[in-house]
Amino acid sequence: MTRLPARRPEATAPVAGRPDRWSKLDLKVSPYVYVAPFFVVFAVVGLFPLLYTAYVSLFDWRLGDDTAKFLGAGNYTELLADPQFWNALLNTVSIFLLSSVPQVIVAVAVAALLNTNLRLRTGFRMGVLVPYVASLVAVGIIFGNLFGVNYGLVNSVLDMVGIGRIDWQANRLASHIAIATMVNWRWTGYNALIVLAAMQAIPPEMNEAAMIDGAGPWRRFTSITLPMLRPTIIFVVITSTIGGLQIFTEPKLFSAMPGSDTGGSTGQFQTVTLYLYQSAFDNQRLGYASAIAWVLFLVIVIAAVGNYFITRRLAR
Amino acid sequence: MTRRPGFLVYGLLVAFILGSVFPIYWSFLVPSHGNDILTDKVPPLLPGGNFFSNAQQVLDTIPFWHALMNSVIVSGSVALSVVVFSTLAGFAFAKLQFRGSNVLFVLVVLTMAVPTQLGIIPLYMAMADFGWAGHLQAVIVPNLVSAFGVFWMRQYLADAVPSELIEAARSDGCSMIRVFWHVAVPASRPAAAMLGLFTFMQSWNDFLWPLIALDQNNPTIQLALEQLQAGYYVNYALVLAGTTLATIPIFLLFVAVGRQLVAGIMQGAVKG
Repeated sequence: MTRLPARRPEATAPVAGRPDRWSKLDLKVSPYVYVAPFFVVFAVVGLFPLLYTAYVSLFDWRLGDDTAKFLGAGNYTELLADPQFWNALLNTVSIFLLSSVPQVIVAVAVAALLNTNLRLRTGFRMGVLVPYVASLVAVGIIFGNLFGVNYGLVNSVLDMVGIGRIDWQANRLASHIAIATMVNWRWTGYNALIVLAAMQAIPPEMNEAAMIDGAGPWRRFTSITLPMLRPTIIFVVITSTIGGLQIFTEPKLFSAMPGSDTGGSTGQFQTVTLYLYQSAFDNQRLGYASAIAWVLFLVIVIAAVGNYFITRRLAR
Repeated sequence: MTRRPGFLVYGLLVAFILGSVFPIYWSFLVPSHGNDILTDKVPPLLPGGNFFSNAQQVLDTIPFWHALMNSVIVSGSVALSVVVFSTLAGFAFAKLQFRGSNVLFVLVVLTMAVPTQLGIIPLYMAMADFGWAGHLQAVIVPNLVSAFGVFWMRQYLADAVPSELIEAARSDGCSMIRVFWHVAVPASRPAAAMLGLFTFMQSWNDFLWPLIALDQNNPTIQLALEQLQAGYYVNYALVLAGTTLATIPIFLLFVAVGRQLVAGIMQGAVKG
């Protein structure tokens, strides 16, 4: 290669001073080469599986089957008439609401606390992040133990204060609360940091002006901070929707019968993803499970869009 | 605004953090005493001396070191690959002009909303066809790139690399890949470290896909933990000793880099 430096003596040369053919090609092709790996890998392991899931969902596709029978919308009509699916969907929504609503409220409160002029600021910020770092499986096992019926710490405390024991695994609402507690425990601190970042981006002049106008701390919080946080709260709500509706590990590990995919003896805390898993890998019905995946996908999209509008209104 | 907050603020924050740490502490307390404390009316608050014997039993029950090694290999290669590909693509989107770049970037952002979890059935079928089921590459390959990573690096590099520097390097005759290596890579270091850390932890904690793709003889640490409590009789001292053992490495990492992790989450939040 006889590639010479393209620099000219009269300095301030434009980008392509005097590019030879190779350099021109380099300039043109390189960007595509750099972004290509993402698109190629995503197409193969992200997009293709999602579309192929739609295809599989049209068949009676058993695990290890070579000749799948075409059903058309059969899986979907079966699914819509399947009480276990509706039960799972109801559980998922219930657990999701029990986890995301208190979580956003507490996260904003913790962020407000962290947004003061604290000593040991970094220490406190790291402290609230500890649960986020803990392994999800460990968390599931630990909370399963804490919420144990006979030997769980939570029940011991309830017993001591005179409320009495609650069967966290068997009672439907109680199991949802216990699972939501795991989710909240894990994510509240993380979300508090995200909200804190948005709080710190609020120009201090706004608060100062309001203070001069005689607005107290509470008034400043509701009239300045909360409206300014709206985009961040929308972001937090939507990410927790996408994650929350796919919840799997927590209910899977919460079962009193470890390793089971039924979500309790009567499916009282079986979520949609858990039902998907059970349909695919216990019942070996891949087509049916694929139909569940697509319906869940639609539910997530609808919920995310719906949440966007609701949150936009509420935080106005 | 420089006034120090009062006792109430510290009290509430300390209470929140104690609540955050307590379950993890409890999971260490039980194996350090033994199953007996589960039946105690008032459980002890200080650790006892049984932890090592329970930990030893964990090592005898599950292939702990093997699983830990698997997790390190999987999370390490996923983090490395995500960082490399995200920096490349982020650099192109932030600093290079090319036809269709806006459309392509919008596509990247849109893919962030696609829950890849929902594609597990075809992925599982593909892995079975390739004969990858049970092997680590079945867990690594589907996670080689991340839309969030591309987005993150683009946002960072857009500010971090002055366009004049790229132009100067180009007019000095630098090829694109040398510009990338000598200008973009050094500038991207803080963001790349952050992304690597994030990806590592996420991959370390992944459960659903490894559960499908791997088998019991070749588990990641999360799967090994789950094996500990499978069965009719659950020995909690043993199981919780396992969770503690598995938590130690990730906590050492957290202690070492927690400060940067906090800064990164906050920085990403403002930009994102």
